[in-house]
Amino acid sequence: MKSLRKTTGRVEFYIGLVFVALCLLIQFRSGQFFTSNNIVDILSAMVVPGIFAIGEFMVIVSGGFDVSFPALASLSAYATTKLFLDMNYEGGVLLPLLVAIAIGAVLGALNGLFIGYFELPAMIVTLGTSSVFKGFMQGTLNSKQLAVIPQGMRNFGTSALFVAKNANSGLTSRMPLTFICFIVVLIVAWFILSCTMFGRGIYAVGGNPISAHRAGFNVKRTRFFLFVFVGMISALAGMCRTCMMQQMHPTNMLGMEMNIIAGVVLGGTAVVGGSGTLLGCMLGTALIVVVENSMILIGIPTVWKDFFVGALIIIGTGISAMRVATANKPGARRLRKEGSR
Amino acid sequence: MSEYLLRAVDIVKTFTGVKALQGVSLDIKPGEIHCLAGENGCGKSTLIKVISGVYQPDSGYIEFDGHKYTSITPRESIAMGIQVIYQDFSIFPNLSVMENLAFNTELAAGHKLVNKKRMRQIAEEALAKINFEVELDRLVGTLSVAEKQMVAICRALMFNAKLIIMDEPTTALTKKEVAALFEIILKLKAQGIAILFVSHKLNEVFEISERFTIFRSGQLIATGNTSDLDDRKFTYYMTGREFENVKFKPAFEAEKPVLEVKNLTVPGAFEDVSFELKPGQILGITGLLDSGRTELSLALFGLRKVTGGDILVKGKKVSIQSPRDAITAGIGLVPEDRLSEGLFLPQPISENIVISEIDQLSNALGVVDRKARREEVEKWVSELAIATPNPENACSTLSGGNQQRIVLAKWLACKPDVLILNGPTVGVDIGSKHDIHAILQRLANQGMAVIIISDDLPEVLENCSDLLVMRAGKIVARLDPATADEALVLHHMM
Amino acid sequence: MNTLQSIYRKDRHIARLVIMMILWLVFMAITRFSKFYSIANFQTIAGKFPEFGLMSLGAMLCMITGGIDLSSVGIANMTSILMALYMRYRAANGAAISGVVIAEVFLIAAAIGFAAGALNGILISKIHIPPILATLGVNQLLTGIALVVTNGKAVSDIPTAFSSAINQKLWKVVPGKRGTMTGLIPVQLLFFIAAAVFVWFLLSRTSYGKKLYLMGTSENVARFSGLKVSRMLIVTYALSGMLAALGGMIMLANYNSARSDYGSVYTLQCILIVVLGGVSPTGGKGKISGVVLSIILLSLLEAGINRFPQISSYYITLIWGAVLLLVMVLNYFVDHPIARKKS
Repeated sequence: MKSLRKTTGRVEFYIGLVFVALCLLIQFRSGQFFTSNNIVDILSAMVVPGIFAIGEFMVIVSGGFDVSFPALASLSAYATTKLFLDMNYEGGVLLPLLVAIAIGAVLGALNGLFIGYFELPAMIVTLGTSSVFKGFMQGTLNSKQLAVIPQGMRNFGTSALFVAKNANSGLTSRMPLTFICFIVVLIVAWFILSCTMFGRGIYAVGGNPISAHRAGFNVKRTRFFLFVFVGMISALAGMCRTCMMQQMHPTNMLGMEMNIIAGVVLGGTAVVGGSGTLLGCMLGTALIVVVENSMILIGIPTVWKDFFVGALIIIGTGISAMRVATANKPGARRLRKEGSR
Repeated sequence: MSEYLLRAVDIVKTFTGVKALQGVSLDIKPGEIHCLAGENGCGKSTLIKVISGVYQPDSGYIEFDGHKYTSITPRESIAMGIQVIYQDFSIFPNLSVMENLAFNTELAAGHKLVNKKRMRQIAEEALAKINFEVELDRLVGTLSVAEKQMVAICRALMFNAKLIIMDEPTTALTKKEVAALFEIILKLKAQGIAILFVSHKLNEVFEISERFTIFRSGQLIATGNTSDLDDRKFTYYMTGREFENVKFKPAFEAEKPVLEVKNLTVPGAFEDVSFELKPGQILGITGLLDSGRTELSLALFGLRKVTGGDILVKGKKVSIQSPRDAITAGIGLVPEDRLSEGLFLPQPISENIVISEIDQLSNALGVVDRKARREEVEKWVSELAIATPNPENACSTLSGGNQQRIVLAKWLACKPDVLILNGPTVGVDIGSKHDIHAILQRLANQGMAVIIISDDLPEVLENCSDLLVMRAGKIVARLDPATADEALVLHHMM
Repeated sequence: MNTLQSIYRKDRHIARLVIMMILWLVFMAITRFSKFYSIANFQTIAGKFPEFGLMSLGAMLCMITGGIDLSSVGIANMTSILMALYMRYRAANGAAISGVVIAEVFLIAAAIGFAAGALNGILISKIHIPPILATLGVNQLLTGIALVVTNGKAVSDIPTAFSSAINQKLWKVVPGKRGTMTGLIPVQLLFFIAAAVFVWFLLSRTSYGKKLYLMGTSENVARFSGLKVSRMLIVTYALSGMLAALGGMIMLANYNSARSDYGSVYTLQCILIVVLGGVSPTGGKGKISGVVLSIILLSLLEAGINRFPQISSYYITLIWGAVLLLVMVLNYFVDHPIARKKS
């Protein structure tokens, strides 16, 4: 019986192994991976996908799929940036961040209303709301690329926690302040998922919504607030992206949802909901980020990026699916059952 | 204080025009084991839901501990000391034993944060109530069915329960596990907890309960002391019909066997199983849940990888790698679990009947001959007396017995030489059970070879011409049902 | 009236789609009659929607199995790029692209799409990767191949014979300039009609269709009933891939060029169409009529909004999403009267 528990624990182990192997491969081929500036580059590239992945992770654990977060993030960040530009706002970044998060919460609440209270399938609802958000941004707000962003946001995006310099190449990389946002979201999500009844409720709802209801969890409210939270952190990620890019490109984030989902599932999160860990989710996302960012280091042109990410998704999920399939082979299950007695 | 712990009086509950409960009553004394029996759809589950506050009754009232309620909410019901253990146990397979045990208490107390220490303590206390031992950090999904049930029972006990309702608790348990469960129930009774035991299994009712109540089609039919009840009365109360049990006698003796199984082995499940089966025979295979009986049926149907031994059909060796191979070889299987293996529940009856022979009803291009299909459907609906106004209705509109007939029809439509039935009457009401036995006997007399795999001993003793007993993956006895009795079979099974 | 009522009762979902479509047509008749109700407008609509209409038909088949196909666009783009290159190769020496070559191109495209879809099916049925991830990965992989082949640039300079063959309109009954007659029916539409009839026939008349619905209800029961589940899945995803490739060929003809990122909005749009058409995302349920209706409804909405120059065409996505949510909430309230009371 212990072996089974180890196996479930092993998903993170395997993905970590693959991750390390990939890093070593890149290091071996280029000698550039484990340099201070490259690591800082990768960490800063993790900020936006990382936050998105945390939100997606929580939704998948609750038994659904969210494909609306790029549109939600774009809309919140665009509306906020435009608002503060029009106001000629000159203050700090805090207020814009809070406004964006508030917009994200409202949009997330819309998802939550349909999914929680009308009990509609999350994937379909978010497909619809993503379309609505996009249409609202491009139609009603008539969104265009904003080449300038308010000063406070610009400062937030350009200021660095520290600067890493590669002694050999002389290249420097800044660790952006936005990285703190990522870390904060990670800690908050960890706290919610493992230390609050609401967080355990997300796992419970993902495991068996009927049992969750009978046990006394408010299933509707749990789903509702989950989507509110995911809306908030997605909006934050949208703001981080805007600040880091120093401009607001409204459609730039659209289409990210698929790779984020892939990263989360690569990290061992069960697509049927109820199980998975934040660690695995981060490792899976990091794997995709590294493939997307470091191919150039080993001399593979960037046009190969999609090909390798696709191959990674198929091979990665294929390996874990095969492992699950063999573990669930009826014969194996029986033997385990006997062993447990 | 009144004599009764719980009195449900004249409860009426209607669903969109259908009267599910037509003024039924149920009385339970403190600390008694009360059995609520009735066929599927008789209103048992509806009454449980009324008592546990899930449904509000249209009229009637509930008295608990001397207080009268016209309706209760689930929360009130729990506060009063009523706990329901559902058939699916309402557990979270993806979470640990500790969390499964402690969630309800923690939520009821309104705690917002997780306190591992407190939860561990709650869980340990819960397990201690029935001296059940299990690692608290194990995922519940990795436990056996019986262990899951124990977790559910422990959880129910935490709320100072005065009445525990168990909804068909023995369905997925082995004989040993049922015995263990009954011990627990007696222990609970000794602690003064009343048990409402919902079941339609005759022997369980006799074995465990002191008093009984039987419903039929939403009405109270009988209630009283179990000691006043006997077999015939029980069946009559349940069905409103009297049955003549016919012991099966093969009508003819065929020369050559149609199916020969030689030294068949599936590692981890059974080994070295050999038997032969002639047309017109009904072979019974019995054994405990973990004896390998189910795996044997799956192996014969191409759903388990066989590592050794041969299967011969009509004297010719066949290789059965998939159900399709089995069907081609002339073997059909009515599987154990009707809902997850036998029927496409939301789909029309007609589709379910013809699905396995749909290729025979189509031309070379795969276009279905709609006339032939309709005729085939009509033929089986009338032949097996499937009670439906329209075969295009979904299977879910039918009772368990009729559903089982659809599964039977699906296989008979393939005209198999050998029909294997695993638990042919599990979850089937007594009336249909009787009819299905009659159908099987008739099929055998028409020349089909039938295998009944079942742990319902009266069923195999009555309907089989030969009986094999399996234990721990081996055939341990070949008995003659004409002379063997239940005690002898049990002796070989254990 | 009674027959109308019985039609409504028989399939409320489809009835609702029809009502919505009629309302929209009436609205357009009142507000923009002359601009909307012109042959040219309907011809434009009918020439455009087969692109994603063909993909949606495939997506529908996959969703009936309880899965999902997110690889349609990747398959379509890769196929159209390969075929564009192939036609350039055939026309390299100034050779004319004849009807035979066009037929050949379509056959090869269908075969490539079939093979790519079969890859999806194998990943799903043999390696047990969840459909959403398998098709996502294949989509990425094929888009990647398309990118590598083209270096991210558009493939143009395709022999015009192909584009003009597909873009022509048949059945010359419409009066054109100077007394000539131009065609009525766009060729693209014929492809869609042929595919829709093919899928309808598959689903409602063949044993494959019967098995597909049942398998979508429960794969396990299907296995116990002797269906070859793996083969069914592979064939279904392969068919979806084939339809996607044909959609890609229509795109190639309409744009007269191919690129790795054309039509990327179609991925989710197809899923939206299929769900709006009443196909259950959990499988086992859904009709071709609903999906075709939903394709046409959305095309009419889009074309209608384009007749209002003051309204940004971006509103279309908003309306699509809103229609989807509206239909689902309507279904929820009509089909769950008890749930309504509770909430």
